[in-house]
Amino acid sequence: MKIIQSIGILLFLIGLAVFTAMPFLGNYTLTEELVLSSTKDIHQEKMAEVLAPMYGETYSSNFSFLSAYKVNFNEYNEALKAESKWDEVIWDDYSLPLAQTSLSSPVRDSPWLFFGLSIGLAVLGGLMYNLPKYRGEPEGIKNNGIFHSAMKNRGWMGMITGAYLILFYIILYWFPAYIVNQIWMVTPLSMLLSGNPASQWFLYGTIYTLAITVMGVRMFRKYRGNKYQQLRTASVMFFQTAFAFLIPEILVLLNQPYFDFKNIWPLDYDFFYDYQIDTFLSSGGVGMFMLIWGILLIVIGVPTFTYFFGKRWYCSWVCGCGGLAETLGDPYRQLSDKSVKAWKYERVIIHSVLVLAVVMTALTIVNYFSGFALLGNVTNQLHSIYGFAIGSVFAGVIGTGFYPFMGNRVWCRFGCPLAAYLGLVQRFKSRFRITTNGGQCISCGNCSTHCEMGIDVRWYAQRGQEIVRSSCVGCGVCSSVCPRGVLKLENGSTENRINEMPIIIGNDSIKINA
Amino acid sequence: MSSNRHVVIIGNGIAGITCARQLRKLDDTVKITVISGESTYFFSRTALMYVFMGHMKFEHTQPYENWFWEKNRIELKEAWVKSINFTSKNLLFQSGENMLYDELVIATGSKPNKFGWPGEDLQGVQGLYSKQDLELMEENTASGVKRAVIVGGGLIGIEMAEMLAYKKIPVTFLVRESGFWSNVLPKEESELVSRHMREHHIDLRLNEELDEIISDPNARVKAIRTKSGEEIECQFVGLTAGVTPSIDFLRNTELDINRGVKVDFGFQTNIPNVYSIGDCAEFHEVPAADRKPVEQVWYTGRMHGETLGYILAGKKVTYKPGIWFNSAKFLDIEYQTYGTVPARWDAEKVKSFYWEHAGGKISFRMLMDLQGKILGVNNFGFRLRHEFFDQAIREAWDGAKVISKLDKADFDPEFFAPYYIEIQKAFKSQFGGDVKVSKKTFIQKLFGASV
Repeated sequence: MKIIQSIGILLFLIGLAVFTAMPFLGNYTLTEELVLSSTKDIHQEKMAEVLAPMYGETYSSNFSFLSAYKVNFNEYNEALKAESKWDEVIWDDYSLPLAQTSLSSPVRDSPWLFFGLSIGLAVLGGLMYNLPKYRGEPEGIKNNGIFHSAMKNRGWMGMITGAYLILFYIILYWFPAYIVNQIWMVTPLSMLLSGNPASQWFLYGTIYTLAITVMGVRMFRKYRGNKYQQLRTASVMFFQTAFAFLIPEILVLLNQPYFDFKNIWPLDYDFFYDYQIDTFLSSGGVGMFMLIWGILLIVIGVPTFTYFFGKRWYCSWVCGCGGLAETLGDPYRQLSDKSVKAWKYERVIIHSVLVLAVVMTALTIVNYFSGFALLGNVTNQLHSIYGFAIGSVFAGVIGTGFYPFMGNRVWCRFGCPLAAYLGLVQRFKSRFRITTNGGQCISCGNCSTHCEMGIDVRWYAQRGQEIVRSSCVGCGVCSSVCPRGVLKLENGSTENRINEMPIIIGNDSIKINA
Repeated sequence: MSSNRHVVIIGNGIAGITCARQLRKLDDTVKITVISGESTYFFSRTALMYVFMGHMKFEHTQPYENWFWEKNRIELKEAWVKSINFTSKNLLFQSGENMLYDELVIATGSKPNKFGWPGEDLQGVQGLYSKQDLELMEENTASGVKRAVIVGGGLIGIEMAEMLAYKKIPVTFLVRESGFWSNVLPKEESELVSRHMREHHIDLRLNEELDEIISDPNARVKAIRTKSGEEIECQFVGLTAGVTPSIDFLRNTELDINRGVKVDFGFQTNIPNVYSIGDCAEFHEVPAADRKPVEQVWYTGRMHGETLGYILAGKKVTYKPGIWFNSAKFLDIEYQTYGTVPARWDAEKVKSFYWEHAGGKISFRMLMDLQGKILGVNNFGFRLRHEFFDQAIREAWDGAKVISKLDKADFDPEFFAPYYIEIQKAFKSQFGGDVKVSKKTFIQKLFGASV
């Protein structure tokens, strides 16, 4: 087993190395035809002229190509800006499509080969590492050595992993022109699914889904014998693969709008943006269904399901961010901050994001109906600020990049406006709670340590209190790691859901109501 | 009660700390000081093993953040008490400092038993109780341990075995009795645990006693010899044959001491304004028929603390424990017990129902009196609800009623196999009577939850 696992790690690292080396492959040659075919009609003429100095020249790296592009493009734009000719400035960024089209590289020539050598090997290696885990050992959760690990306790491996993830997100969001090789690599897969070439988002979706799958297998091994953990892991794997990855692509193949049926506003913050609404309204019955479905989820789905099951129905069973956190992020769950101070920050920040999302959306809708009469520019500004700060930096770079530093639920805990909404329902109008089993708590702290949301579960359990917290995503790990069978996730009567027990059960010395 | 009195608690374990917290809740003005030489802040002793195995860091075992104590005006003093002058109400610390008290609570806990075995003080030989013991164990097992021997078949022993397994150190486990923890567990449960230990490759030796621990030239253990004459080479010996009150510094004073500090049901010692709670207290008589004069369990320590907190706040209460309960985890198998289930009982007076899952890791026992009223339960490998059994045993429910309602008592996570159905069937076939067997719920059928 050990040998298979070691080979697995080796294959994973080879795959990762190939993936990482890919941007440095190939060379870039731009021609006028390519410029004309990759730019909007209104910019074609100008761009063809601006980039003329680059034609025919072969750039040996993306760095030299993109810097030449930048020099030429900026020269043109800056001059116009200096003269305040704002109308003539080209605001579109063509670096990605131009880099894509001028690339000639072995990856572009044999995308499947490189897919196999990078992602394929990484997936295979990951499975070879995860599948034999705990083989021959009795069932039971082993958190052995987590805090002695360089990967899981902010050691050097964790630091490198975090830095790599952060760098990946920065490139993905703001410098995708540097990873055109990887985009070419997944293009045949994209053609297969949607009939369209891949974007950097398709690349991201592919990796994301595979990460959840491979690390979901790890969850099956780690929590073997624990039906709750296995079912909810299977559930997030299913929703990611089907709802987030395959169905939207297939919709596109069928000439329908790209739509993730399980993504709910305000996590899906652009649901009410004008271009989205226009898409829905112009796509006939299917588009209308999507619009109504999305609204029903917000106004009926969220409160109803959360009333009956708590916010876990979404956060740890359905959600894509949650899905990644619960699989890829599981090894880091113990790194969340449990202090009361962190809880205070959490409440301020997450509810601020919710308010911001609501205000922005309200303004957007008002503008949509008033033809952008009211604060039209402000709305656009807000969109771009929110998209940058919350959508990209918070949810992406920090949300995932910080797994090895602050635990796997940084975004869900501090940032997600949908989690805030679900949390308000869970806290004030829900049947869900974590029940404490009478007086059986021994204050050991396993529950708090392994709570990804940073809830100090023990604080309640050792008092015999039920745990009712807006942030709890119901992952059930506190219950799984409890050595004395003290915690159980339950949906029950809303009466006495929040209980204060001055004396814990089992001590008859003191009569409270006597 | 006078408002500027000074309550000093020696020992910051669960008993002492619970006492301090309860007292503060009930009395806003009293001055409270908690003394400990072991660690400045309260930590959960039961979690030390998890620190060793890397499940947690030591700070995770501390149930309260450090600001908690100042906020609640509970002063913490890190020091060892050397002696007490009960006449002048003065504590003398090892450092030479003094502290005056108005009321004193002795909650100094336990220490591992040592029975005078030859070689018991050698390097590499130790018990496991305190933070210092944990640090010592980390040092003792850092390198060069090819085999370890554990002496004494109780809860700390099996924890130690699990800890050593984490370091991949093979363990030989000597148990004097014919079954593991057989002074507490009935035969079947004891065998269940023994099987599981062997499944974890622990070399369990029943009916085997330690005779001598053998030293190498550097006063370090190199082997042990058993009573049957076998010599087992080992570099680490864990002494886990129970614990005893840690009250050596109180011997030969006017304080009345036997095994522990003698107290009445108000935790009052023979000296006015001096109290004792937790592991180190010994009641003049047992608090209930199924209890012992010295109670050395986390939960009883907590109850002692709760009760004394009330007493020190001037409430007229005495210690009256409710229905007994306890829990433990044997490697991967959880154990809970409610009510009275002794290791052995008189079959003339007590009826026993025992069910064990075919896999041999899950079991349920219920003892009933001759009328069939529930006395207590043991459950292994699945979870049962404390409140349910507290009520059922207190109200002396009929066994058949308990079994019929067992689905309500189930505390396993959602989607887990409904063992209670199998238990109900087994009870019905053994005892007949009016037993309702639960149906599988829709969800259980849907997800194929099978026993």
